[in-house]
Amino acid sequence: MSEFLQQLVNGVTWGSVYALIALGYTMVYGILRLINFAHGDVYMLGAFIGLYASGWFHAAENPNPLKALLVLLTSMLLSAGIGMVIERLAYKPVRKSPRLSALITAIGVSLLLENGGLLLFGADPKFFPQIIPAHNISLGMGVVISNQQVIVLAVSLALMIGLRTLVLHTKVGKAMQAVSHNHMAASLMGISVDSIITFTFMIGSALAAAAGVLVALQSPKIEPLMGIMPGLKAFVAAVLGGIGNIPGAVVGGLVMGVAEVMVTGYLSSTYRDAIAFVLLIVILLVRPAGIFGKAVTEKV
Amino acid sequence: MSQLQVDGLDVYYGAVHALKGVNVRAEAGEIVTLIGANGAGKTTLLRTISGLVPAKGGRVMFEGKDITKIPAHEIVALGISQSPEGRMVFANLSVEDNLELGAYRRKDGAGVRKDRDAMFQLFPRLLERRKQLSGTLSGGEQQMLAIARALMSRPRLLLLDEPSLGIAPLLVRDIFKNIVEINRGGVTVLLVEQNAHMALSIAKRGYVLETGKVVLEDDAAKLATNDEVRAAYLGG
Repeated sequence: MSEFLQQLVNGVTWGSVYALIALGYTMVYGILRLINFAHGDVYMLGAFIGLYASGWFHAAENPNPLKALLVLLTSMLLSAGIGMVIERLAYKPVRKSPRLSALITAIGVSLLLENGGLLLFGADPKFFPQIIPAHNISLGMGVVISNQQVIVLAVSLALMIGLRTLVLHTKVGKAMQAVSHNHMAASLMGISVDSIITFTFMIGSALAAAAGVLVALQSPKIEPLMGIMPGLKAFVAAVLGGIGNIPGAVVGGLVMGVAEVMVTGYLSSTYRDAIAFVLLIVILLVRPAGIFGKAVTEKV
Repeated sequence: MSQLQVDGLDVYYGAVHALKGVNVRAEAGEIVTLIGANGAGKTTLLRTISGLVPAKGGRVMFEGKDITKIPAHEIVALGISQSPEGRMVFANLSVEDNLELGAYRRKDGAGVRKDRDAMFQLFPRLLERRKQLSGTLSGGEQQMLAIARALMSRPRLLLLDEPSLGIAPLLVRDIFKNIVEINRGGVTVLLVEQNAHMALSIAKRGYVLETGKVVLEDDAAKLATNDEVRAAYLGG
């Protein structure tokens, strides 16, 4: 029992990171019907910006939570800027083209970021500094949680609540919903669809960057290709929850994280990556629209 | 100078020449109707005025200003608002949120709330359903919402695209009464309708469109008695 609870704690922590990345996929899909395959690479950039920001703020010397927060916010902010540039330069020009062009563009941007990363940061893994030194907290019944895990959970939760408030209760959030429903009707309200799309990319990129920093806190080896697998899995998580659906992305991410940790714990770590794709196959067979998705019939 | 003046408008949808040198005008305070068969270009004209579709030639003047190249979301701020064909309410948002989005460009919160209450007075059925998701409303209620939403930007010119489409006849009558009431409040109305009979009964002037061209233009009362119009659009 205690082992199961321990795995659950680890799974939920890991899953909340997937959820943060999945939110970006699902928001961009909701608004543009585009799978932004470069999203996992923004997560990687987030981790690297965090690495540099830790240097700028000397966050590893006399580490304190305030400096760590500064590192996190810097990474989120700069990554939001990167998200904006990617959208403007790469996706906006092909917005009126067939959807396949946009998809191929996304793959191109992904390759560009990965190889650009190799060029800029080098292929050798870099060590993310200890901006929050680890120590363990006992939860009783033999279950242990690290303070870093607590931070991952708390930050993810705060970001998700923030996003929920933004989307449901602010003017710009309602505009996002309007654009995701119907671009034409949204412009008739006086909403600048272009600005809302850019804003959505910025929010999604900031969340991915936060995920990058949070992961680097716990597993400090970061390298330019680190975004590929988590990116794919978060995409599966978004599909699992119902792509385009925000609560769905969170649930999908948590399911993914727990499934992965359980498989590693009770079967073999060999199957760790396989479980994501097993889940994908199962959901596509059983419920293609995802857990929260509504089945949409394509009009011919 | 007319409030709205459309001069020699040419619009293409891909290779299709949808509007061929269309001239239309609306004076402040009028109800003007555009009638014509499916595919005549009525919706295209409204979309071009709203900035949703680019014009290849000609121009759209509003209150003396050339708005031909102004993007759709800026045109709303200039005082032109549209209730589009098929209503296009934001189905997953509540009635209130839809109205709030109609006032997206406005900064006067108190004024917006006042106008929202005025909409609930004009359309009491919306008041009963203010917290309901608009996708769950009936077709007629959605049409009322689409019109109310368009009014929330305080337009001086309201473009209405097929407000009677797919709506129970009794409700159509109500909605047309509402349109007259809105017009009496000082809003110019450009009304696209397939229900030519209803449209001509409330309009001051009318245009008949056929395959992208204005083929007739006259006072609504005269159009209603015109033999060609009667034969083609009023069922003889």
